[in-house]
Amino acid sequence: MSISVLIVDDSKLARIVIGKAVAALQPDWRRIEASNASEAIALVRAGGIDLAILDFNMPGHNGLDLAEMIRADHPDMPLALATANVQDELIARARTIGAAFIAKPVTEEAIKGFLSGAALKLRGARG
Amino acid sequence: MSDTAIPLDDLEHDALTELVNIGVSRAASSLRKMVGDQVLLSVPSVEVVSRATATTLIGQRESELLVAVRQDFDGAFSGRALLIFPEANSLELVRAVAGAAMTAAEAREIEDEALSETGNIVLNGCLATMANMLREPLHMSLPQVVRGSGRQFFEQTALAGDEGVVLFLYINFAISGRDIRGYIAMLMDLPSLETLRGLIREFINRVTGDGPGHAE
Repeated sequence: MSISVLIVDDSKLARIVIGKAVAALQPDWRRIEASNASEAIALVRAGGIDLAILDFNMPGHNGLDLAEMIRADHPDMPLALATANVQDELIARARTIGAAFIAKPVTEEAIKGFLSGAALKLRGARG
Repeated sequence: MSDTAIPLDDLEHDALTELVNIGVSRAASSLRKMVGDQVLLSVPSVEVVSRATATTLIGQRESELLVAVRQDFDGAFSGRALLIFPEANSLELVRAVAGAAMTAAEAREIEDEALSETGNIVLNGCLATMANMLREPLHMSLPQVVRGSGRQFFEQTALAGDEGVVLFLYINFAISGRDIRGYIAMLMDLPSLETLRGLIREFINRVTGDGPGHAE
């Protein structure tokens, strides 16, 4: 079964850039996009999402709020926050939630660690 | 084509907003180091408006006296960047960056210096990040502290023509746990905007790996 990654960002360009980096590193993964937290929550609830990459600064709920909402139902889902905003409070909150940090602008290099870690974890979970 | 045609298409507008967002997020991380408290940011707003509308947008929001750190920039594109907040917040911001133990008199003494240094770090951080991503160097003027109404901050710019259309970028910020809030604003004139548009297209092509026609 193929792995599905959810990419949440209010910027279409950012979704293209993240999608491109994911496609280069994990060409077999299915990429699903959402432009805000509500769309993302609906997609996650519908099922079939294995991991998610979340923008921080979005209209409505921000990426950390969204990560908390996803985490409540999916304690083991690999989550990453994509942002150039590396303030201590955000890092601390992300750590508490168990979400990784990916520096924006997102590059293959920046996203590599998170994706390979997630791949290992998911492979392990699926036995 | 009229001068007031919207010069950016959806993806270009999106890309510019994202560039500003990344620039401001990095600048906020620097400001957080200076003040020791979390800096909260709004989602940036990027609009093409008349110069009069831009000044009104700032002026309308605030009835009180404002203080701003202003830096003009030029290079491939040029304009003016401002860190604006209510004058009433000024000393609180100075204390936040220079030390809480400071008396009002001491804070007042270093006020302009502390404000211009703060503005310099925030505005330079934001513009330098954008310039790097667009791969065009920008020259920044020295920061200048100005007081008055929003209207005054945009007047007497080196930008050509007062009637024209400008690109207006706007982000609210607040410092958590302190009575400090304000705005980061940027204004660019239309000739700059045309150049900027070219750079944004190159940037989009570079990061998406598409050819010149990115129509979708």
